[in-house]
Amino acid sequence: MRLEVDIASKTFTSAAGEVHDVLAGIRFTLEAGEVGVLVGPSGCGKSTMLRILAGLDPDYRGHVSRPAAARIGMVFQEPRLLPWRSVEDNVRLAAPLADEAKLSALFAILELDAHRSHFPGELSLGLARRVALARAFAIEPDFLILDEPLASLDGPLAARLRDQIAILVDRRTVMTLLVTHDIDDAARLGDRLFLLSPRPARIVAEVAIRTPRSARGDAAIATIKADIARRMAGDPTGRVA
Amino acid sequence: MPRLLSSAVFLATWWIASLLIGDVKLPPPPAVLAAVISEARSGALFLHLGVTLARVALAFTLAMSLGSAIGYLMGRVRLADRLGDPWLILLLNLPALVVIVLAYIWAGLTEVAAIAAIAINKLPTAVVTLREGTRALDASLDEMATVFALPRWTRFRHVILPQLAPYIAAAARSGLSLVWKIVLVAELLGRSNGVGFQIGVAFQLFDIPLLLAYSLSFTAVVLVIETLLVQPFELRLFRWRPRAA
Repeated sequence: MRLEVDIASKTFTSAAGEVHDVLAGIRFTLEAGEVGVLVGPSGCGKSTMLRILAGLDPDYRGHVSRPAAARIGMVFQEPRLLPWRSVEDNVRLAAPLADEAKLSALFAILELDAHRSHFPGELSLGLARRVALARAFAIEPDFLILDEPLASLDGPLAARLRDQIAILVDRRTVMTLLVTHDIDDAARLGDRLFLLSPRPARIVAEVAIRTPRSARGDAAIATIKADIARRMAGDPTGRVA
Repeated sequence: MPRLLSSAVFLATWWIASLLIGDVKLPPPPAVLAAVISEARSGALFLHLGVTLARVALAFTLAMSLGSAIGYLMGRVRLADRLGDPWLILLLNLPALVVIVLAYIWAGLTEVAAIAAIAINKLPTAVVTLREGTRALDASLDEMATVFALPRWTRFRHVILPQLAPYIAAAARSGLSLVWKIVLVAELLGRSNGVGFQIGVAFQLFDIPLLLAYSLSFTAVVLVIETLLVQPFELRLFRWRPRAA
């Protein structure tokens, strides 16, 4: 199971007819069991890239090879739940084969037990995000795509949700691609980081983190973050933690 | 309680008006009630109401299912929209009477002609409403369904249909009231039974109690169907919405 991405360019024509370059030279590979993190400034084209990788946008120059018949679980930037179905039904519809024991465990980890029968309109954004995560994990994906799952959540809540994601990602072998503009999230969750330039986005550096997620203390995180900051500033001689 | 009160006001107004106008032109409630009872005793009332209801049910089902399918297609496929649009405008603006008369001329004074004529009158409004609903479908939920590879039926039943539900409800609501009105005209012009036919007979005999007896029985049936069938169904359909309006 392996993802190979080689996108030469992606352009986008605005309603006014102007042509914008969104992506320019994105090339990387991701192995099963790895968490790849795309780090870049807001609006650099990260979501556009995820749409291409998820197979939603065939209009680009280049080549993406996804494992055939890979089950994809995706958490969009907005939760994208079905407002007319309960929390539980939202998850079950995406994952009709998931058994009750697995769902219970998943709802327990994400602290959704009390909300199973609620409708999405009755949930806060943080809860809705967790339902979207539950849906993506419930299908037992081979390829998990997370588009800024922690954006616009307050500090402590984002930290808790980040820990929950770490637990879920480590429970089984899954290829994960996370997009974020937050260096802290990248340092805590990623195995390999791909640092992106502003639009049109290209990969300016690749950072591999060898310390396992659970063993990263505050000192290790600080080192990794300093390394990322240096690489983003254009210094290629970074040390790998 | 407010419903009861408003019915009482209606009855009182009617009674007073009949006293002022004279009971030849507007018979008072007891006279009409007597006509209702005698028609019910002979069984004629139920026969004619039943026949009319059956026509409404058939024409309504036909127009709704066909109209929804065509509207969905026109909302999704551009070519279908372009091809169908002139027809739609023609049908929307064709007077009901023209459709009914032509149907009777071309297909004879038959049951098929009557039901088809009623259905054709209702069809274009269903198409227009459903086309609008289909155009308003949420593309982001479509993407979600694609990524999660939801099977075709699941997608239709749980992603698309709930989004179309308010439009289907609106089309059904306005369509039902249109069908209630048109069915009587179709019966008056070309059938030998049904409420419309009986009203025509009462008109020729100038039998105003009979005329009112059938009109009011018909209205009562419409009211019962609205409150016992249509409204509870809508309530159930939209229970996920936060309570408002």
